[in-house]
Amino acid sequence: MAAKDSGGQSQSQRSRQEADAETTEAAVDPEIAERHEAITEEVDDLLDEIDEVLETNSEEFVRSFVQKGGQ
Amino acid sequence: MRQLHIELAEIQSDALRGGAKGPGRTRLEGMTVRRIMGTEIEYGISVPGQPGANPMVTSSQIVNAYAARPELSKGGRARWDYEEETPLRDARGFTYTGALYDPAENLADEDSGLANVILTNGARLYVDHAHPEYSTPEVTNPREIVLFDKAGEMTMAEAALRAAHTPGIGPINLYKNNTDNKGASYGAHENYLMSRQTPFADIVAHFTPFLVTRQVYAGAGRIGIGQDASEHRYQISQRADFFEVEVGLETTLKRPIINTRDEPHADAERYRRLHVIIGDANLAEYATFLKVGTASIVLAMIESGAFDGSLAVAEPVAELRAVSHDPSLAHKIELRNGKRLTAVELQMSILEQAEAYCGPDADPDTREVLDQWAFVLDALARDPMELADMLDWPAKLSLLERYREREGLDWGAAKLHAIDLQYHDVRPEKGLYHRLVARGKMKRLLTDTEIIDAMTEPPADTRAFFRGRCLSRYPSEVVAASWDSVIFDVGADSLVRVPMMEPEKGTKAHVGELFERCEAAKDLLDVITAD
Repeated sequence: MAAKDSGGQSQSQRSRQEADAETTEAAVDPEIAERHEAITEEVDDLLDEIDEVLETNSEEFVRSFVQKGGQ
Repeated sequence: MRQLHIELAEIQSDALRGGAKGPGRTRLEGMTVRRIMGTEIEYGISVPGQPGANPMVTSSQIVNAYAARPELSKGGRARWDYEEETPLRDARGFTYTGALYDPAENLADEDSGLANVILTNGARLYVDHAHPEYSTPEVTNPREIVLFDKAGEMTMAEAALRAAHTPGIGPINLYKNNTDNKGASYGAHENYLMSRQTPFADIVAHFTPFLVTRQVYAGAGRIGIGQDASEHRYQISQRADFFEVEVGLETTLKRPIINTRDEPHADAERYRRLHVIIGDANLAEYATFLKVGTASIVLAMIESGAFDGSLAVAEPVAELRAVSHDPSLAHKIELRNGKRLTAVELQMSILEQAEAYCGPDADPDTREVLDQWAFVLDALARDPMELADMLDWPAKLSLLERYREREGLDWGAAKLHAIDLQYHDVRPEKGLYHRLVARGKMKRLLTDTEIIDAMTEPPADTRAFFRGRCLSRYPSEVVAASWDSVIFDVGADSLVRVPMMEPEKGTKAHVGELFERCEAAKDLLDVITAD
C-alpha cells in the first residue's frame, strides 16, 4: 500500500499489530473467520478475473499501444 | 448543398439572446458551484496487432460508425459551423497570427475527411488531432458533467462496437486515458464560463496552487515516471509529467498549467471561457465530480476576490510533478512565503476558505461538492487506499498492488503495465474499471439508465437544449451547428443562421414548448423571428 511509505509508518504498523492481535483472539469467532475468508476469496476471484480479461500477450499489448500526441 | 458563409440571413430571438431583456445570469451568480461548464476528452485509440494503423483514419471510422445511429443518419449530417472559432485568441489580450494558425486549414477539416458529428444531446463527437474526441454539451453543475462525460464514454464504447461490425473495418480499441507511456499525451479538458471582469492575473495567481494539488483526488494513476515512463514507479497523475510551463497558449507542446486560450463561444464582452487542460480523464464518477466541482467553486471565489495569495507555490511546475510522484502524499510543497504544506494540507486550506465563503446556506449542488471534498481530504490524510472504491488512482493502485503481491512482480512487469492500460478500456466486458463497477466495488453517483438517456437527451437548462432539439426534431433542415449557432436550410433563398451567444438561453423553459408546437423548422424560425 502506498501509505506504507508515509511518515506515519511506525504508528500504522503498531496499530496493525494491535489489530492483528485482536484478530487472533477473535479468530475463535467463526463468523469473523468466515468473513475474513470471504474477503480473501473475493480478492482472489477479482485477480482471477483480471487474468481472464487481460489481453493475452501483455508485452505485445503494451508495446503496440502507440499514440500520436494530442492536446 | 449551398455554400455556408454566403447568403446567410441571421435571426435574433429574445429566447436565445442575452442582455437586459433576458432572465440573465442571476441564477448562476453568487456563492455557488453552478456555472456553464463542459469537458472535452480525447480517447486513446489502437488497432490490436497494428501499432502502425493511421489514427486519423481509425478515429474517423469510429466517429462515422456512431453517426450511422438511426437518429443521426436520417436527415443528412449537419456540419460544424466554424464562424465564431478563434482558438488562437489569447486571454492576455492579443491574437496569434501567421504560420501558427490558418483558419482555412481549420475549415478544411471535413473536406480532408476528418469526421464530425453533432449529437441530439447537444454534444460533439469528432476527430481532433489523431484521436476521437467527445465534447459534452454545456451544463450548469458538476453532477451533469459526470452524466454527460459518462455518456461520452458509452458513446465511444458503442462507436467501437459499431465499427467492429462495419464491413472492412477491424476491431478498434478505445482508452479513456492520457498517455501511451512512450512520450505522447492527449487531453482531457474542462471549460468554465467566467465573468469577463475577473482579471486574468487573478486566475493565474490563485488557480495555480489549486491545480497543482487537485490531482490528489482527480488523478487517474500511472505506472511510469517521466514522459516516456522510463522509470517504473506508480504516480498519481497521468498528465503531470507533460506540463512544462506555468502560463501559455499552447496545448500540444510546452503545455502550461494555466492555458490562456480565450475563445468564449459566447458574448465576449461578458464572458471568458477558462480552458483547463491539466486534468486527467477520469473513469470514477466521484473523481470527475470533484475535479470539476471543486474547480468551479474555486473559480467563483477568485471571481469575488476571496483569496489573499498566501497559498502561492514557489515552483508550480516542479511541485506538480513532485506531488504526483509521491502516492504516500507526504511530499511538502514549498510556498512563496516559505511555508511548507502537503498537497492535502493545501487543499484543506482552500476547502476551509471555501466553506467560509459559501456559508451554511450554500445551495444543494454546492453543499454536495463541499461535503464530498471534505470527505476525500480527510480520508487521504489517513490512508489514500480508503478511497479505492471511490477515486481512480487509489482504485488502480489497489488492483496493481494485489496483483503484484500475488504474482511476485516488480513494477517493470508487462502484466502490470497492461493492467494500468486496461483499467481505461471503454468496453464494459474488458475495461478493468468497468469490471470493478460490475462487482459493486466502485461508489457511483449515477445509474446506467440515466447515462444511456443522456446519450441522446440534452441538458434542459442551457442552449444545448436548443441545439440538441433542432437536430432531433428537424434533422433534414439543420445543415450546420456549433456551440453558438444553428444553421437551417428551409428552402428559402438563403440559409438561416440562428446565433446563440447566451449559453443560458435556449433552455427547455425558454423554447421547449416551441419544439412541440412547430412541426417543421420553418415554423420554428417563423415563431422566433416574430418574437
